[in-house]
Amino acid sequence: MHFKARAGEKLADAALQENLSKAKDRFVGMRARGMLELDDVEATREAAKALRDRVLDDLDLWLEKFEQSATRSGATVLWARDSAEICRHVVDIAHRHGVKKVAKSKSMLSEEAGLNQALEAAGIQPVETDLGEYILQINDNEAPSHIIAPVFHKNKDEISALFARTHRRPALTDIQALTREAREVLRPHFLSAEMGISGGNFLVAETGSVALVTNEGNGRMVTTLPKVHVVITGIEKVIPTLEDLATLMRLLPRSATGQSISNYFSLLTGVKKTAESDGPEHLYFILVDNGRADLVGGEFAEMLRCIRCGACMNHCPVYQSIGGHAYGWVYPGPMGAVLTPLFTGIENALDLPQAATLCNQCGVVCPVKIPLPGLLRKLREKQVERRLRPLAERLALTAWAWLAQRPRLYALATRIGVRYLAWLAKDNASGGRNDRIRILGVAPEWTLGRDFPAPEGKTFRELHAARKGKP
Amino acid sequence: MSSREDILGRIRANLGRNAANATTDRAALDAYLQARPQGPRPRIGGDLATRFREKSELLSSTVEEVAVSQAAPQVIARYLATHRLAPHAVCWPELAELPWHEAGMQVEVRAATGSDLVGITGCFCAVAETGTLMLCSGPDTPATTSLLPETHIAIVSAARILPGMEEAWNLARAELGEMPRAVNFISGPSRTGDIEQTIVLGAHGPYRVHIVIVRGA
Repeated sequence: MHFKARAGEKLADAALQENLSKAKDRFVGMRARGMLELDDVEATREAAKALRDRVLDDLDLWLEKFEQSATRSGATVLWARDSAEICRHVVDIAHRHGVKKVAKSKSMLSEEAGLNQALEAAGIQPVETDLGEYILQINDNEAPSHIIAPVFHKNKDEISALFARTHRRPALTDIQALTREAREVLRPHFLSAEMGISGGNFLVAETGSVALVTNEGNGRMVTTLPKVHVVITGIEKVIPTLEDLATLMRLLPRSATGQSISNYFSLLTGVKKTAESDGPEHLYFILVDNGRADLVGGEFAEMLRCIRCGACMNHCPVYQSIGGHAYGWVYPGPMGAVLTPLFTGIENALDLPQAATLCNQCGVVCPVKIPLPGLLRKLREKQVERRLRPLAERLALTAWAWLAQRPRLYALATRIGVRYLAWLAKDNASGGRNDRIRILGVAPEWTLGRDFPAPEGKTFRELHAARKGKP
Repeated sequence: MSSREDILGRIRANLGRNAANATTDRAALDAYLQARPQGPRPRIGGDLATRFREKSELLSSTVEEVAVSQAAPQVIARYLATHRLAPHAVCWPELAELPWHEAGMQVEVRAATGSDLVGITGCFCAVAETGTLMLCSGPDTPATTSLLPETHIAIVSAARILPGMEEAWNLARAELGEMPRAVNFISGPSRTGDIEQTIVLGAHGPYRVHIVIVRGA
């Protein structure tokens, strides 16, 4: 199904619309309050942007540095070109260590790779442990609709029914009780899983560590209890130092949920030391390309600064109207509208860069100052360059370009056009003029979901000529 | 070609990497790792312990203060009684010598398991900026103690409350040399907002975090 059809479906989904409108302003207010605690938000954003660019400008060298540090600390560093290779690595590691069950903390890369399906096919049981991701998993592996709030689209009644069905327990209506039930169901999995899989918020080159940010504590569980820990993360996640980590940690939780710091924030380096009673005996990093390397140094390289906070979607009028599923792939909202065509092919996501108002709310709140509307505009240009726009649109633009280069003809055409629109706006009953056009005669589709503002009846050049000389 | 070489090769090609700029850029990278510049930071004024306490309470932790660490078991026993929790706990080996028994508590000195209800830890240091505890894993400071039990109690020396995360990293570099396997920053009880963005305390980790600040030396 294409984006337009999906978006239309989501707009007509009354339950979804109610869930979205309830959550709408909450994230916006929380972020605004969180940012007030910083003395200089702009300087902090500039510093974060600069340190992300520092790495991306020499990404090969920083990756080598990270690899050296991580290997020295006792970890194994693996590389994956694509989804298939991620799955192959994870299944190999699982077989090597006799793993039957995997406890997973949230990882968007695992969503990119379809890892759960690959594990199940290999006879290994994956258990999602982030509450939101767990809810999706037991709902027949539904896709997340938000990168930090995976069940943004669901209300508690839907979750209550799902829990009652899956856990075969009486249905609970209270959110606190639902959360306790998930805790009770998941605790034994943490204790029995032989392998933990996590994403990585950042990779620190100085120490060869992964930094992990969670609120629930599941990230700590899956990286402390199982004997094997596998980190799956994109190659762009490297940062230089622990000082840089401190800078980014002032922005990431605030941008995401308005928290001045998330509940748990762990820096994990190497494996369990002799005499230590907990911690994994084996630590693997899987550094994933999946389309990222080709963006380095190019016109979309700024997108690689992204730290996956979700602020862009929380502030996006389009996301707030249709939710995350309409976007069709792993990443929704403005960052998803840029990443999806770049990672899956421009020709496979033609609608996403168009489905934006370019209002720049996303650009204003982005903690690492990614010019998201600019990148969306660039993607639109690519579509035109590669002749991927529909024939009617291409013909219309060609005609307009021809006309625009002939000033007299252009003046005549616009005078006819504007009078036609004024005629459409005429109110036949009263003989007066409406300020909106309900149905646009030549292009009725344009006014399917909105009115067209009625023009005055004269072109700009006519009005300008008439007023020339007047004060 | 290995995936590593393929991925790095394409990055190098995109960045116009050659032998000459590799040498200069690598030197710049090492210089940056030496210098470790700090970013802009919020001003943290006043008494650090007071700020730490205020911020911790905003994160739903509870805090009380004692003059010396020997007094900690008493106030911890009282805290457990107030919350109708049994006076049984596991604690870090480094806290084994405190007078638990005299305070009427049964404390086992070992790492926590899934069925322990109260875990007592110290901390490596604490961060006043955000009201955060920093715990480093090690043989005498197991990571599970602050994670598996429903109640986590942490004893914090006021002298080790630092302004920000930057000072915490520097202290770790100075005292530990290399990073421990796990550095865990803890800011209040575990929580989730996944269902209808409603905050619930006690997701997978502790439901309560109680902090005892030791003011004296």
